[in-house]
Amino acid sequence: MSPTLAVFYLLAAITLGSAVAVVSSRNVVYAVLALLLSLVAVAGLFILLLAEFLALVQVLIYAGAIIIVLLFALMLTRVEEFARVRDNPQRPIALVVAGAVLGILIAAFLRFSPATQELKHVGVTALGSELFTRWAIPFEVASLVLLVALIGAIVIARAGGRE
Amino acid sequence: MSLAATVLVPLLGLLALFTFLSAVVLSLVWIERKFLGRIQMRLGPMRVGPFGLLQPVADAVKLVTKEDVMPFGANRALFWVAPLAMFIPAFMVWVTIPFARDWVIRNLELGLFYVVAVSVLSIVGLVMAGWSSANKYAVLGALRAAAGLISYEIPVVMVALAVAMLAGSLNLVEIVERQAPIYAVVAPLGALLLLFSGLAETGRTPFDIYHAESEVAGGPYIEYSGAHWAVFYLAEYVSTFALGVLISLLFLGGWRGPWLPPVLWLLIKAYAVILVIFWMRGTFPRLRIDQLMSLGWKVLVPLSFANILIAGVQLYYRWPWWALTLMSVALIVAVSFEVYRRVVLAGGKPEVELVPARELRRKVPVREEFKTTKVSSEGQQG
Repeated sequence: MSPTLAVFYLLAAITLGSAVAVVSSRNVVYAVLALLLSLVAVAGLFILLLAEFLALVQVLIYAGAIIIVLLFALMLTRVEEFARVRDNPQRPIALVVAGAVLGILIAAFLRFSPATQELKHVGVTALGSELFTRWAIPFEVASLVLLVALIGAIVIARAGGRE
Repeated sequence: MSLAATVLVPLLGLLALFTFLSAVVLSLVWIERKFLGRIQMRLGPMRVGPFGLLQPVADAVKLVTKEDVMPFGANRALFWVAPLAMFIPAFMVWVTIPFARDWVIRNLELGLFYVVAVSVLSIVGLVMAGWSSANKYAVLGALRAAAGLISYEIPVVMVALAVAMLAGSLNLVEIVERQAPIYAVVAPLGALLLLFSGLAETGRTPFDIYHAESEVAGGPYIEYSGAHWAVFYLAEYVSTFALGVLISLLFLGGWRGPWLPPVLWLLIKAYAVILVIFWMRGTFPRLRIDQLMSLGWKVLVPLSFANILIAGVQLYYRWPWWALTLMSVALIVAVSFEVYRRVVLAGGKPEVELVPARELRRKVPVREEFKTTKVSSEGQQG
């Protein structure tokens, strides 16, 4: 087993193990911290795929921003309320949906098998020009979606404040 | 590459870096106490060693030998992991920070982005500490730390982006090499933005609301003592030093300078930036949390976007570098005046007049009742 493969299995184990901890943990704060670990391990997987930029974006956006916002929201709630979260009635539905997504992903990967391609390092300059020329429209659509979400959040927050 | 080259050499580099950073933190603690003392017309530490030079060492020994206390009801695992969770990212940042052209452990292509992304992670340690301490002040402090980080991370990223645009690279070595003239002259707005938002991120006064002693009594650190508290302290000073070095690298030309060796130039610049930071601590009162949020969202975030815009205009139309300087200075003056007009002029005349200690006798006449009252020993007892 090459060192790269060993590192891959280690990172994959951390990703999956902490992902299981996210959904099975009784304590919501533990769940969020496990999610952080899982996301950072995914960043490690990106580095193994020679995609450093994506790895850093993963750390900055997910670990840096989203996890902090989640923790921020948790700090505003009471610790005693967390115990009830375990008895979420949506569990069976969530299990079905997650299983379906997993099935689709596995089917997709089996059909296309991207692992046979040779890995090659793409510099951030090449990535940027590709993103803003060939993929400019999807990129702008994605930012539009984020903008809509942002405005929606502000509208909801303001409506709640007036009552 | 042999095993020795891939594992041993970076490991030795990390060890050397850790030793160096510990020495830097000791020196920073001494400089801060001395400098603040001078600002407040005191001598600062004088007892241990000549000029109190050994005071930080004495403090470190005291902290390590102190008993580690964990409050009843605290979350044991998170409580002990939290200091490390804050320290490791603060230390990891240094992997790619160059001290001179070849004095760097790993010269990453995305160095600047790496520094910005990894330094964000240390806030998780603070939040863990705040939540696991089973203390209301700690939770409030953690909440403030998270809010502050979310607000001030945006200007930091945007300033880094503007610098990357000017240099055409995210590599820290290349950014330093391509500064002609230094970016503090080309983009003074960016330098100021990075200084202010960096101060808020590292939790230095006047932006230290998350561990403000007078409001949340130390915030996330409130229940920590001894060696674990020392790790937090170390992480905070390492981050402050990282901010000083980052500002020197991005805006002050890094290790470049005449006569002296490059490493020395970088250290001189970084310590100069840190002295300014300590100076601000000694001069300005702490902002309230609402003022901090207003400053972040209403001033620094829009300014950081404007900074990118003017850098883009200058680059697109290929104007000479001083065009960007002029635009930056115009923005700084306009925004400063607007803030001054809204905050100071609209607030009316302040009721309290601040008088420097040495002008106290001249400016404030001694009141009659103080003059006539004779302080006697009986009076004090009664």
